[in-house]
Amino acid sequence: MNILVCIKQVPASSKVEVDPVTGVLKRDGAESKMNPYDLYALETALRLKAEHGGTISVISMGPPQAKAVIREAFAMGADEGALLSDRNFGGADVLATSYTIAQGIRKLGQFDLILCGKQTTDGDTAQVGPEVSEYLDIPSVSNVIRIEKVEEDGITVQMDLPNELEVAKVYYPCLLSVDKDIFQPRLPSYIRKMATKDKEIPVYTLSDMGDQDKTHYGLNGSPTQVKRIFPPASNDHRENWHGDADELTGKLYDKIRELKFI
Amino acid sequence: MPRLEIHQEKITDKEALIRICPFGALEEKDGKVTINAACKMCRLCVKKGPAGAVEYVEDEVKPAIDKSLWKGIAVYVDHVDGEIHPVTYELIGKARELAAVIHHPVYAVFMGSGIADKCEELLHYGVDKVFVYDDPQLDRFKIESYTAVFEDFINKNKPTAILVGATTVGRQLAPRVAARMRTGLTADCTVLEMDENTDLGQIRPAFGGNIMAHIMTPNNRPQMATVRYKVMNAPARQAEVSGVIERCEIDPEKLVARVDVLGIVKKAQEKTIEASDVLVVAGRGVKKEEDLQMIEELAALLGGQMACTRPMVESGWVDAKKQIGLSGRTVRPKLIITCGVSGAIQFVAGMNHADCIVAINKDEKAPIFKTAHYCLHGDLYEVVPRLIEKIKAAKEA
Repeated sequence: MNILVCIKQVPASSKVEVDPVTGVLKRDGAESKMNPYDLYALETALRLKAEHGGTISVISMGPPQAKAVIREAFAMGADEGALLSDRNFGGADVLATSYTIAQGIRKLGQFDLILCGKQTTDGDTAQVGPEVSEYLDIPSVSNVIRIEKVEEDGITVQMDLPNELEVAKVYYPCLLSVDKDIFQPRLPSYIRKMATKDKEIPVYTLSDMGDQDKTHYGLNGSPTQVKRIFPPASNDHRENWHGDADELTGKLYDKIRELKFI
Repeated sequence: MPRLEIHQEKITDKEALIRICPFGALEEKDGKVTINAACKMCRLCVKKGPAGAVEYVEDEVKPAIDKSLWKGIAVYVDHVDGEIHPVTYELIGKARELAAVIHHPVYAVFMGSGIADKCEELLHYGVDKVFVYDDPQLDRFKIESYTAVFEDFINKNKPTAILVGATTVGRQLAPRVAARMRTGLTADCTVLEMDENTDLGQIRPAFGGNIMAHIMTPNNRPQMATVRYKVMNAPARQAEVSGVIERCEIDPEKLVARVDVLGIVKKAQEKTIEASDVLVVAGRGVKKEEDLQMIEELAALLGGQMACTRPMVESGWVDAKKQIGLSGRTVRPKLIITCGVSGAIQFVAGMNHADCIVAINKDEKAPIFKTAHYCLHGDLYEVVPRLIEKIKAAKEA
């Protein structure tokens, strides 16, 4: 089975501030890591390979530094990896990102199964997986919490729906977004890390893509635009209560009673 | 769309220019300074670099679409076996507000099997038109079939905006539809506002809720947004009905999906924290696992449930389903009492829409006091037991 896992490099910390003068995001240092949700997708791929054979490729999109997460995937056991990186891909929203990844996947080859994490910790949208599946014209299923059966023509999974769990067989090629906790991700292996440290990671740019129309990528290919960013508002009505425990309890009791909860 | 152009001859100090970029997007290649994919278009290099070295170039403007061809605000009716998810009514309420600004109709798109008799309910909430696709093939949510229906609806009716509940189904369906229509989609909006030119302002928390982003879809239609449950207000149900129901047909060939649903496993029915009107939240100020009993007791006395912060889940004391926050659930109870919760922004983003927020914390500087309406500067170990006793005494009296 040919498996592809989509991974992303995200900031290690979500602590950000807006510079009051320039209005630009100030990121807390340049520390970054693999999106934690992607580890579950990668672990799922590794388990499937261990049981059913095949190869695991990973794909990422981002600046040249994003090669680091592909190396991390090698250290966990991925066989191949490629990075999509080009100035023209920058500033992409969900649609342009998904389109670029789908183009990159076509460039990489044919896959039976594409695995994604639930969402990223920086964008938080959980939208890229389903959009990639649309561009590849393959079925997709999100919230996968268990792999039940692997067959020649498809994979049977259990997915989490609000009030129930659904068991469904999805035919290859297909895309699955796996939920957190589907499997416990393994730690990267030092031996593998050393063995793969010189492994080449091809970088694909716009000129490698099947569609080279610049207007489909990056900021140009993004229907959404960020008009402005601002710090979250804090609520105004506020009463500060001080005093001993009996006093505080009395005030709280009266308030709860006034609001008719007692 | 704008881009940056580098004029090598105007660069006085390459190293200094490269250092300006906070994202490491400037690099030296073959003796030239170039911009790589890390560029965020912040333009600091334009402002702070040597004059004229980096130029901001506006591209020719893309042809503008005719926005007047797109009319109506559509809401996806989220349901399981015809049982309508309440987020649907909340979105109908918001759609009516948005539609009023531009005098557009409000649509509901309802797809499923055997749902014909369920659509009338939607007319009690002020929908102008319900579009019903009732087909046995739409029995279960399958992304390919549901996307085909949505595409059919959009092509025939051309709504300017579409709102979808950010449920497990909506979060898959909306992106697939957006990609098919080659349009923008903003996830988990907390504020939506309509401009007179029909542009939808979409505001959502970004970077773990530390920043709010105001997003527009200026030159694509439909404009799409998902909204979580309990973020908007549901309108009151009216006794009389208004609006019409339109039955829609779609070529069954389009509904073919490469997914077979083999079975349904019912989850044990438990009341979720999202469905609770009162929540009492245990934070890190609760020192021992057994102390959670008093939090539970208080919650039960107030007819509510206990919820918790992330550290409580990580320590294994409380089930993850009870966690509030960006990595947990978003709640909007009528009353929430936080006990020993510091109030990290990731937590606050999951509960700051509660009607009444009470915080008990002995740390004067706890950020939760910037969110709470009633701030009790005291020890939860002193206040909570006293409150329990007081409520019990009142109930017995």
